[in-house]
Amino acid sequence: MIVDVQPSSSAAARTAPVQTSPILDIHDVTVAYQRKPVLWDIDLVLDQPCLAGIVGPNGAGKSTLIKAVLGLVPLASGEVRIFGKPVAEQRRRIGYVPQRESIDWDFPVSVLDVVLMGTYGELGWFRRPGAKQRVWARQCLEKLGLQDLEHQQIGQLSGGQQQRTFLARALAQKADIYFMDEPLAGVDAATERIIFNLLRELRDQGNTVVVVHHDLRTVPTYFDHVVLLNVRLVASGPVATVFSQENLKKTYGARLSLLEAAAEAVRERSS
Amino acid sequence: MMLLLAVAYNTLVVLTGVSLLGACAGVVGCFAVLRRRSLTGDALAHAALPGLCLAYLIVGQREREPMLFAALATGLLGIALIAALRRWTRVKEDAAIGVVLSFFGVGVVLLSVIQGLPGGARAGLQSYNLGQTAGLTREDVAFIGGLALLTVLVVLVLYKEFKLITFDQGFARVQGWPALRLDLALMGLIALVVVLGLPAVGVLLVAALLIVPAAAARFWTQRLWLMLMLSAGFGTVACFSGTVLSNDWDLPPGPCIVLVGAAIFLFSVAVPPHRGLVGRILARRRCQRDLAYGTLLNTLFDLSEPFLPVRPALPRDELAQRRSWPPATLQRLLRRGVVLGHVDVNHQGVMLTRAGLLEAAQVTQGRRLWAQFLQDHPESAQGMVSFDAASLDTLVPQAILAELQNRLRSAGRLPLALVGAEDKA
Repeated sequence: MIVDVQPSSSAAARTAPVQTSPILDIHDVTVAYQRKPVLWDIDLVLDQPCLAGIVGPNGAGKSTLIKAVLGLVPLASGEVRIFGKPVAEQRRRIGYVPQRESIDWDFPVSVLDVVLMGTYGELGWFRRPGAKQRVWARQCLEKLGLQDLEHQQIGQLSGGQQQRTFLARALAQKADIYFMDEPLAGVDAATERIIFNLLRELRDQGNTVVVVHHDLRTVPTYFDHVVLLNVRLVASGPVATVFSQENLKKTYGARLSLLEAAAEAVRERSS
Repeated sequence: MMLLLAVAYNTLVVLTGVSLLGACAGVVGCFAVLRRRSLTGDALAHAALPGLCLAYLIVGQREREPMLFAALATGLLGIALIAALRRWTRVKEDAAIGVVLSFFGVGVVLLSVIQGLPGGARAGLQSYNLGQTAGLTREDVAFIGGLALLTVLVVLVLYKEFKLITFDQGFARVQGWPALRLDLALMGLIALVVVLGLPAVGVLLVAALLIVPAAAARFWTQRLWLMLMLSAGFGTVACFSGTVLSNDWDLPPGPCIVLVGAAIFLFSVAVPPHRGLVGRILARRRCQRDLAYGTLLNTLFDLSEPFLPVRPALPRDELAQRRSWPPATLQRLLRRGVVLGHVDVNHQGVMLTRAGLLEAAQVTQGRRLWAQFLQDHPESAQGMVSFDAASLDTLVPQAILAELQNRLRSAGRLPLALVGAEDKA
């Protein structure tokens, strides 16, 4: 259980016996474009710090779920609370990694510039990032092994380095809950490992990380919580209990090749 | 004498004013270009013409403020119409902009109505098409220059915020910034610059003043603040020298300003070392040459491999056949090898030098490891493979790299082991 307190003391919060509100509480959320529901009656609660993967077939609304939570797409109905308050009041506690397609890679910004954007929230209006923010941004870059690339323009990086840059920016936000939209898209094997070690570290420090993920096979190795989504919520819970053949079939239908791959992954994990 | 001084003084005032306008168009133009709003500026300018005419018809004479506000009003109405068409109909943005350009038709009709009115021809509203600096009073110039300066100040104050929303709207909104309102503010600044530019540059070409300096500046730098400064500089130079030229040649200032801007743009497209056309062509040729030279070393290594540790002299024909190089290409590559001390060429054929053998082994090792990686790990190798041996260390995990090396070694195909220099890997 986690308690609604300031970000810096979140470790202490876990031991404090005060009133508890869920980390993330999605209640009765529907998102629709005209009359077509993209998400339909989603009820989802995360009350433990965890590393959660959102999986589901193409068009299942995985990205839309994250965007709906963050207020980037309008809700047709329902509400979202983070640490017991509406999202608009919790901006400073949220970290975000957008989908890579949404970025203009030719934009004239350096790696360090991008990471510094993570500090804009705490800076507020008009103030520019100074020495303190730069030191912090460099620490974030170092965590992702990008310290030598800080002056590069973002378009000159490899796919993996680009994703790490945006992860470093999220890290610079000093958030308590992170939302990441396919952080592994276009990423090489070495980067995938770096990223997930970092996500685990975040979780172990008491943060919650919610990741849109597309590779079923790696779900059991990477996540401890899984959300199975196909317009409606199929299941949500610990990977050990929820990531089952039956639930996968409910999510993906009887598309055998995929299911077999996933079943193999489940078997590998239990053996 | 006094008259001449007065004329010079007036010219100086006008030049200062248009220079400020150019700087401000340069700064704001950067955001317009980066936000993909370039054509919106054009639509806005065209939609401003009916506003100018209406203001004249209502007020009955040329008066600065009413005309400015009316131009802003119809210009922004045009922009709103574009947004509405995009949002509520199937019309796409480019088509919507085209539709709004028809506001210009309304403007032209109103212009001819005004021409027919008593005193209408003398009002000289025609000059709004291509701009006119001769008729500007000192007050006009001060007004334009002052507002231009103010616009630049606003951008400086909100630099961080504008940078963020232009680069990543979604992130800005998640972080709690009022992205929509900031975006509208930016749009407002673009509109203001366009309208301020109307008297001097004219409806038809003011959008070019917004776009050209920024597009040119983008070629010189990868830093946003530098791009802003350069663009401001280019805008200033274009406006200043364009106005001077228009006085000398007795042409409307709009085309002259835009022509100077275009010259700066052409220069920027061609010259800058990294992004410029010349630089890129050179870089591509260099890259192709390096790649071909790597392939030469690779081929020499492959052909020498059976004879190692002896370095055999290889017949030229065999080399040429192996890679189907035209004789001239082979000759050029070999000459490079000789210059670098990697290759000896004599009447027996081509032979790797001692240093050349080591270099060739390095190159070959990189390529064989990549090929092995692609074969053993097709799913993770996808899109990563390169001819560059140095990138192996950064892209392939150490454990997998070691495994690939072992596989090559046990097959007797690890080049650096074959030349007894494995520690240099």
